[in-house]
Amino acid sequence: MYRHKLRFAKLATSVKESLKLGTTIKYKTGFWSVVKSLWQGAALTIRHFRNAKNRRTPAYVSDENYFKQPDGLVTLTYPYEALPIPDNGRYRLHNEIDDCIVCDLCAKVCPVNCIIIESVKATEDIGTTSDGTKKRLHAPVFDIDLAKCCYCGLCTTVCPTDCLTMTPVYDFVEVDIKNMVYHFTDLSPEEAEEKKQLLAKQQEEMAAAKAAALAAKKQQG
Amino acid sequence: MLAFLLTLGLMLLIVIAVVYAERKVAAFMQDRMGPTEAGPHGIMQPLLDVLKLLQKEDIIPTAADKKLFSIAPILVFVAVFAGFAVIPLAPAVVASGIGIGVFYMLAIISLDVVGLLMAGWGSNNKYAMLGAMRSVAQIVSYEIPAGLAILAVVMVCQSLDFQEISFQQGALMNQFPGLEYEMNWLFGIEALGINTTTIGGITTWNIFRVPLLFVAFIIYFIASLAECNRAPFDIPEAESELVAGFHVEYSGFRFAVFFLAEYAMMVLVCLVAVVLFLGSWNTPLPNIGPFSLAYWTSGTVGELSGILWGAFWLISKTLILLFVQLWARWTYPRLRVDQLMHLCWKVLTPIALAVVLGAGIWRLLMVG
Ligand code: SF4
Ligand code: SF4
Repeated sequence: MYRHKLRFAKLATSVKESLKLGTTIKYKTGFWSVVKSLWQGAALTIRHFRNAKNRRTPAYVSDENYFKQPDGLVTLTYPYEALPIPDNGRYRLHNEIDDCIVCDLCAKVCPVNCIIIESVKATEDIGTTSDGTKKRLHAPVFDIDLAKCCYCGLCTTVCPTDCLTMTPVYDFVEVDIKNMVYHFTDLSPEEAEEKKQLLAKQQEEMAAAKAAALAAKKQQG
Repeated sequence: MLAFLLTLGLMLLIVIAVVYAERKVAAFMQDRMGPTEAGPHGIMQPLLDVLKLLQKEDIIPTAADKKLFSIAPILVFVAVFAGFAVIPLAPAVVASGIGIGVFYMLAIISLDVVGLLMAGWGSNNKYAMLGAMRSVAQIVSYEIPAGLAILAVVMVCQSLDFQEISFQQGALMNQFPGLEYEMNWLFGIEALGINTTTIGGITTWNIFRVPLLFVAFIIYFIASLAECNRAPFDIPEAESELVAGFHVEYSGFRFAVFFLAEYAMMVLVCLVAVVLFLGSWNTPLPNIGPFSLAYWTSGTVGELSGILWGAFWLISKTLILLFVQLWARWTYPRLRVDQLMHLCWKVLTPIALAVVLGAGIWRLLMVG
C-alpha cells in the first residue's frame, strides 16, 4: 500500500514537472538506457523460457491455485488433459429411462420445446422407479434435441423422479446435426408397436365388455 | 562431391533442427507448448511440414512473370548454399578451401538480393513487390556495416582464407602451412609479454585477441539479423502488414525452397560469425599449466578426432548464436523503416568505420 502511494506521488510530481516545463512526458533516450531496456526485454523472455519446465495442472475449481497462474506453460493438452468440471455445471442431458414415469413435465417446462415425448399406457404392471413411484406409461418416443437445448436446466428441476440429469460431458460435437437428437427410449419400434396394439386390444376388450354389460342391463331392465 | 553431400546433409539437418527449435522456443517464451503431436515432443513436425509442402500444388499466378517467378527461389537457394562451400567445418574439412573465401562469401551472398527482387517483381503482387523493395533496401544497406565489421577481422588476421583465420584463433595455429612461426600474444599486443600461442582456448579467439573486435562482432550480428530478414528487422516479410512479403504468391515446392533458403541463411551468417569472431572450430578451453585442456579437446589435425572435436565446437557455438537469433525474434518488436535506416546509416556504419580504423591501429601494435 505504502509503495503504491510512493509511486503515485512520484508519478504526480513528474507529471507536474512536465506540465511546468510545458512538455509531454519524455521517452528515455541515450545509449545505456536503451541497452538496459533491451536487456530487460531479453531477460523477461528468457525467464519465461526457463520456467517452461513448469506446467499448469488440471486443478479443480475449488483449488486455491485455480485462478492463480503459476509460472510456466498455461496450456493443457486438451483431449488428454482437461480442467475438471464443476459438479453443478450444466452440460449434456441424460435421462435414466428406467426411472422415468413419462409425466411430460419436462417437455412442458422446456422453454425451447426440444423434448419430444410420446406416451402409451401400459396394459400390465411395469414396476416402479427406484424411488418407489409406480410406472404406468411407456415412452415409445423420448427425444431431446441437444442442438436446440439452451442448457437452462429447468427440466432437471421439475422432474419428479430426478431421472433427468446433467452429466459432465461437454465434448459431443457431431458432423450431422441430426445426431444431436438423443433418443432415450428403451423400446424398439416393434416393441412400441406391440405395446400400442396391446393397449388398443385391451381398450377394445374393455369397450366390448362395457357394451356387453350395457346390453345385459338393458335386457334385465 | 563428398564435401558437397556432407555440407548439404549437415545444412538440412541444422535447418530442420532450427525450424523445430524456433517453434518450441517461441512457444516456451509465450508460455505455450509448441508442437506435441508428431512424434515424441513433436520432433517430427518440421520434417512432416516439409513433406506436406512438397505435396502441395505448385501454383503460378496467371499475371506473374513466369520465368522470373520460377527461377527466383532456386537462385536464392543457390546463393545461400554456395556460401557454405567455403566454411571450414573442422581443421581439415572444408568443401572449398580457397584463399579468398571471405571475399567470395560476401559476393555470393549478395546474389540473394537479386533472387528476392526477382521473386517480388515476378509475382506481380503489390505485397510481394513492397516486400521485395523493402528487402533489397534493407539488405543492401546492412551489407555495409556487416562488410566493414568483417573487414576489421580481415585486417587483424591479414587473411581472406576462412581456414587460416580459424587456425589463427587456437592452440593449433602453428600447424597451418604458412603460420609455423606466428605467435599469439595476450590481446594481440607483444609489448604485454604474455605469449598465448600455446595457451589457446578462448584467449586466442578474435574477440579476445583483439577486444575491439567484440564491437565488430555486435555490429556484424545485428547486421546479419537484418540480412536474413529476421525480427526485429523483418519488415520485408512482416506477416502483420505484408502478409508474407516477397514470397506471398509462392506455394508448394517453391515455397519450401524459400523457407529452406531463409533458415539456411540464418545458419550461414551464424557460422560466419563463429568462424570470424568466436574462434571457429577451436575449443574454448585454454591450456592451464599441466592441464592442456585445449589439446585434450581439439584432437589431432587431419584425423577423425580432430574432425569430430572441430565439428562439435563449431556446431555448438553456431547453435548458441542461432538461439540468440530466435530469442531476439520473440522478444523485440519490429522496427519501422525509418528506424531501420537510422540504425544502419547513422549508428552502425559510423561505429563500424571507427572499428575498422581502430583495427588498423591495433594491427600496427600487434606487429610491434
Ligand atoms: S435444459 Fe432447458 S432447454 Fe434444455 S431440455 Fe431442459 S428445459 Fe429444455
Ligand atoms: S419430468 Fe422426469 S419423469 Fe417426467 S417425463 Fe420428464 S424425465 Fe420423465
